[in-house]
Amino acid sequence: MWPPRSSSAAQKHRSTGLMGLTLFDKLWQEHLVEQQPDGTDLIYIDRVFLHERTGSIALSSLAAAGRRVFCPQQVFCCMDHIVDTYPDRSDDTTMPSGRDFIVATREGAQAAGLNLFDLDDPRQGIVHVVSPEQGIAQPGLTLVCPDSHTCTQGALGALAWGIGSSEAEHALVTKTLRVKRPRSMRVRFTGELQPGVTAKDMILYLIGRHGAAGGSGCAVEFSGPAVQALDMEARMTLCNMAVEFSAFTGLIAPDAATLAYLQGRPYAPRGEHWTAAEAYWRTLYSDADAVFDAELEVDCGNIQPQVTWGTSPQHVVDVTARVPAAVSTDVVSTDAVSTDAVSADDASTDAGDAAGRARALDYMGLEAGAAIAGTPIDCAFIGSCTNARISDLRLAAAVLRGRRVRPGLRAICVPGSMQVRAQAEREGLDQVFRAAGFEWRASGCSMCFYAGGEHFGFQQRVVSTTNRNFESRQGPQTRTHLASPATVAASAVTGVITDPREMLSQ
Amino acid sequence: MEKFEQLHGVAAPLLRANVDTDAIIPSREMKRVSKQGLGEGLFAGWRYIGEGTREEAPAFVLNRPEYRGASIILSGPNFGCGSSREHAVWALREFGIRAIIAPGFGAIFANNCVRNGLLPLVLDASQIETIARWVEQNPAVNRVLIDLPAQRVTADGQHYAFDIEAGARQMLVEGLDAIALTQTRQPVIEAFHEARRRQRPWLY
Repeated sequence: MWPPRSSSAAQKHRSTGLMGLTLFDKLWQEHLVEQQPDGTDLIYIDRVFLHERTGSIALSSLAAAGRRVFCPQQVFCCMDHIVDTYPDRSDDTTMPSGRDFIVATREGAQAAGLNLFDLDDPRQGIVHVVSPEQGIAQPGLTLVCPDSHTCTQGALGALAWGIGSSEAEHALVTKTLRVKRPRSMRVRFTGELQPGVTAKDMILYLIGRHGAAGGSGCAVEFSGPAVQALDMEARMTLCNMAVEFSAFTGLIAPDAATLAYLQGRPYAPRGEHWTAAEAYWRTLYSDADAVFDAELEVDCGNIQPQVTWGTSPQHVVDVTARVPAAVSTDVVSTDAVSTDAVSADDASTDAGDAAGRARALDYMGLEAGAAIAGTPIDCAFIGSCTNARISDLRLAAAVLRGRRVRPGLRAICVPGSMQVRAQAEREGLDQVFRAAGFEWRASGCSMCFYAGGEHFGFQQRVVSTTNRNFESRQGPQTRTHLASPATVAASAVTGVITDPREMLSQ
Repeated sequence: MEKFEQLHGVAAPLLRANVDTDAIIPSREMKRVSKQGLGEGLFAGWRYIGEGTREEAPAFVLNRPEYRGASIILSGPNFGCGSSREHAVWALREFGIRAIIAPGFGAIFANNCVRNGLLPLVLDASQIETIARWVEQNPAVNRVLIDLPAQRVTADGQHYAFDIEAGARQMLVEGLDAIALTQTRQPVIEAFHEARRRQRPWLY
């Protein structure tokens, strides 16, 4: 990995052949075609997802090279990244030239015989929402997509990770990838979440404690009683931001909740196939005596609702806390049980970066030492592959029911898929959002990022359920605060960053 | 792919942590279904004054006359984190960057580099700071030498050894096409594929 490391304790342990395996070991072994002379492993890829933003170039470049897709029925395409989310949308997008990306993907997918969830398909939506929803992501399979948030799908016990467009071409043509085996990390979440605290707060808290590079080079398994207690959609939120922890991917062992979630979905196995699949899936867990390269433990009882203050997901605090000073060492690794893979230097990526923190404070227009709660906001956004599933919308609606967004504030809800949207409408949630003053959109990635079309505006302050608070991510000089759907909804009502717990308890 | 063996070039210090791929190439700069035409959008948010303009911000390192011909960037930890967009690498390459020296990289970005003849080179932060201080004394003259086969950086007469995965090094040094390389293993892959169809039939 990057940086490369010498062979790990877990690798030595594994090589004895006597001891238990991690979930990741089992998935890797299952897909190992052969080791290559150059030290990489040739890994069989079960399924590939593409979207129009990065898939279009992979498909056109593959066609230009005269190469063919090995197994087209195992490749799926979504239109999600730059499609408009207005109800009357078409191939023409607010983003200039968006049509080119949509048309190139559609034509490339049709020419190669791929499965396509096109703009007018009732299954259309964000790739990492659609894939689990359709039962395409399953325990024990490998799935890649030229999109960094592919790790979301590890929540089902799949080995799913993000790649570039060239790697996507490689997977499409050869049905494999050449991969240097990542190291393994386990993050155990113990204790119980307090009411009003969510999976989004868990992952932000973890990144805040251990840094945006805290999981660098590792396949990270999330486990422990607090993870087992999460529903499937919350598990997806947790795994979604593994890439913001710089992990190779996130993973959760399948259990009864996973099976219950999958059963009956369009691409899930049925009948005898289900029985056979279930027998295999039940073997997918880390053995009691498995050894990880690194282990972290987080007590969920300590986690408050989280909100970011800066321009990296590691710039995060409790919603009840103050904006830290530029010179601070609040990125720590005291939770570390074993830090074979993660040295103190890796974990505290930001501790020595006073200049970076000062720059982030300046960019965000915040004063060190000020309470983060009470910061006036201009916009609220509920959407993205992180937090736009039905349970996220239900949570936000629980806050919004009977309340109204502060006048003048721009509030938008973009469901994660058209299926989520339809479900929300069956439950009347759309009416809750609309009555509160939220725009109710069709599905897509929307303003999770600014692609040249719609955006939140110059220096506008947005509280957002998305995954990245990078500079200008949601618009020119836009100031993004990442938080859970509950925190975003509560903040939309008050017009300032707000702890959602009081509203949730009323 | 263009081979990477030795490089002797101007190194531009951009010593920030977590330089993400949104910063390297903002999504709004990805205007066409193409790997070309991206160099102009490189670091657009930092390089130009105001969104959408091409008015240069004079203080940004790559706008300073002494760094305009840079082929190396010196940076902080977790360079290239965030979005998987390979456009970040295509933009860097088109601008003329052949190597990034940083204490660590986003994994997807690093793989994208190797597929495109761009070297992601890992040194300690303190070594990078030492090199940056020396470069800044006279950037045009104080050039950094990278020898990939020897896995060595030379700056100010000092040698710095670096590690790189064997597979990545071979890919870069020989300028290999990964797909063509893997296709030589096609019979093994097809046998694996057929066996898997029998073992896990519900997937097919």
